Amino acid sequence: MSRFTKGLMAVAGMSLCVSTAAVANDLTVVSWGGAYTKSQVEAYHKPWMAKTGKTIISEDYGGGIAEIKAQVESGNVTWDVVDVELADAIRACDEGLLETIDHSALPAAPDGTPATADFIDGALQDCAVANIVWSSVYAYDSSKVRGWNAPKTMADFFNTDAYPGKRGMRKNPKVTLEFALIADGVPTDQVYDVLSTEEGVARAFAKLDTIKDDVVWWEAGAQPPQLLADGEVVFTTAWNGRVFNAKNGEGQPFEMVWDGQIYDLDLWVIPKGSKNKEAALDFVAFSTATEQLAAQASWISYGPARKSSEGMVGSYHSDPSLKMAPHMPTASANFANALQNDFEFWADNQDQLNERFNAWLAQ
Amino acid sequence: MAMTDASPSAEVPITAADGTPLKKKLAQALFRSRVRAVGLVLPLFAFVMASFVIPILALMWQGVHNDTFARYTPNLTQQLKQWDGVSQPTEAMFVALVTDLKSARNDKTVGRIATRVNQELPGTRSLFTSSARKVKKAKPPYAESMVKINKKWDRLDVWQAMKLTSQSLTPGFYATALDGKYTVDQGFVSQVENRQIYVKLFWRTLLISGSVMLLCLLLGYPVAYLLATLPMRYSNLLMIMVLLPFWTSLLVRTTAWIAILQSQGVVNDLLVWIGITSDESRFSLIYNMTGTIVAMTHILLPFMILPLYSVMKTIPPTYMRAARSLGATPTLAFVKIYMPQTIPGVGAGGLLVFILAIGYYITPALVGGQDGQLISNMIAYHMQKSLNWSLAAALGGILLAGVLLLYWAYDRIIGIDNMKLG
Repeated sequence: MSRFTKGLMAVAGMSLCVSTAAVANDLTVVSWGGAYTKSQVEAYHKPWMAKTGKTIISEDYGGGIAEIKAQVESGNVTWDVVDVELADAIRACDEGLLETIDHSALPAAPDGTPATADFIDGALQDCAVANIVWSSVYAYDSSKVRGWNAPKTMADFFNTDAYPGKRGMRKNPKVTLEFALIADGVPTDQVYDVLSTEEGVARAFAKLDTIKDDVVWWEAGAQPPQLLADGEVVFTTAWNGRVFNAKNGEGQPFEMVWDGQIYDLDLWVIPKGSKNKEAALDFVAFSTATEQLAAQASWISYGPARKSSEGMVGSYHSDPSLKMAPHMPTASANFANALQNDFEFWADNQDQLNERFNAWLAQ
Repeated sequence: MAMTDASPSAEVPITAADGTPLKKKLAQALFRSRVRAVGLVLPLFAFVMASFVIPILALMWQGVHNDTFARYTPNLTQQLKQWDGVSQPTEAMFVALVTDLKSARNDKTVGRIATRVNQELPGTRSLFTSSARKVKKAKPPYAESMVKINKKWDRLDVWQAMKLTSQSLTPGFYATALDGKYTVDQGFVSQVENRQIYVKLFWRTLLISGSVMLLCLLLGYPVAYLLATLPMRYSNLLMIMVLLPFWTSLLVRTTAWIAILQSQGVVNDLLVWIGITSDESRFSLIYNMTGTIVAMTHILLPFMILPLYSVMKTIPPTYMRAARSLGATPTLAFVKIYMPQTIPGVGAGGLLVFILAIGYYITPALVGGQDGQLISNMIAYHMQKSLNWSLAAALGGILLAGVLLLYWAYDRIIGIDNMKLG
């Protein structure tokens, strides 16, 4: 046994050396991992490294601002640029955890439109610059259609009579409650008004009650394509880029239903006290230029945050015949009945609804 | 005594070679060796203090102490201290509110204040952030002006929530962790029913951990017995089979269970093929409490087997033979002679598995579904997502108290000296 132990310690020691060697770099960029990080590495990191001659270390994380908060408050900031959701960007900015970003330093569109007019609504915040629009949708496996018509609406997701079988949903009240109200017939522009009332929340839970016994709850973004592929569920809510990637990257016969999609932004932020602030600002400005945002869209089906990028979106990187534009959340055919995630509503109500959601789950 | 009286050396002390008294020399030598011993232990002691004791104490402190509000709104905190909590807020309180909101807006701390009050009263976060943006426009009389900016400033419960959060030392987080609420005017009250979750999760955590511990004991005991009694070449092979999964990543093992237990998985396919169940009514073996217990039992099994094995290995086989020769049946000899001697291993393994189980959160998060969540999932949520570290600390504090209580009970019933880890 002791020989085994020694071997283990040697391996542990080696990995320690490796991790200390990695400290010397010019910029640490943190994102969500998987196909999404790959799209950023290809479209942003590599060209930026070629331009500046500096190196980027790409790290993965699972979202949230806990790490940023811990780093800033302990005064040991090791992350330079982080990809966060809109609600988190605003919250972290309000709490003084982020550097402010001067919007005038962002490059103008190729036709000269200033950046402030070129980005879509909400994409430019005091401390953050958006790079993509992503969306929560639901998907199904078209090869396992068991004698029913292809689903078209959010109501179909909740219709277990016409579409029997298990459904995958994210174990989180966010998006889940909105989906329930949309399926229950609330117009997308009134969803948050309804959800702000006690009756509205009760209505959402009542709608969820109708499928509660059929739901498989997922937590990590990689789970829903897996659940579909295993045949564990017939429908699952998912992030559109993950489904697109499973379909076109791995050849899975998945289809998305865009009706009632809930879209959100992902933004770059710079933690306060970043040791490479200049390089970080340069990277943010470089990566959110029109060409880079358009280039990223050829790696994953998330929409660019600049209007001027939309026309430049090309084909999927490994398949020139696959045009990316129709697969974006913002493509007009997909956008007909879309809802933007209301960060302010969730900043106010996340905690109480999460407790309520978990109490409902445990019933 | 008689000897010392008689001896002349009582007056002239015995000296060492260099002339110092032997007694003093001896004391010096002893002192040096004690310093060396302390010096050797000191790094470990410092490490344990710095990485274990102090963080735990700091965490416990955070569960009852949160000075976010008092730190960033000093004027308002002063005013709220004098307020009785039920009468109409005074103009002086509004003046303090305006002053503090203005400075918070400048220092970018309004988000911290807003988050803190929102923990007490949901829906107030935006009240603070939006009011701070507009506070420049406020004019005396401020009470009227602020209500015009946002009519929520007229609500008594907003001010009561602020009064609660202005008290840095608060039992509020522990109250929340026990599905209660601490209020200004009524003391402790229970949380509205549809938000009560934590107590239920504490019980479920204890239940699941207890079941996992018992299952580990049932499954691990025979394996440990075989390991200890089989000839070397078989027992080595068996040992490898115990240790290999032990060295495999937790995530890999959890994912493997998903592949095995899911409704289109190996087990269900087999059951359908045999004809025990039909293709339409496959069993739900994962994404529920069953899945959590199965996966956790498998992952924690080595922690039961190894202490058991190390104890069983030391039990001389002669005891069993003696019992047999005195007329005991094999079963009786095993139950009366062998099993009592394994108690230290059972205790160690059981305690180890139980304590590890109550802190598990990755496995329940992945395979727990809707009724396999544990309290540690909520602690992780408050650490990572809601950033309500004080509530996480309170939940952790209660869990720690529970473990210490069980440890104490174990010590009283079985005795901690009887525990043997190997």
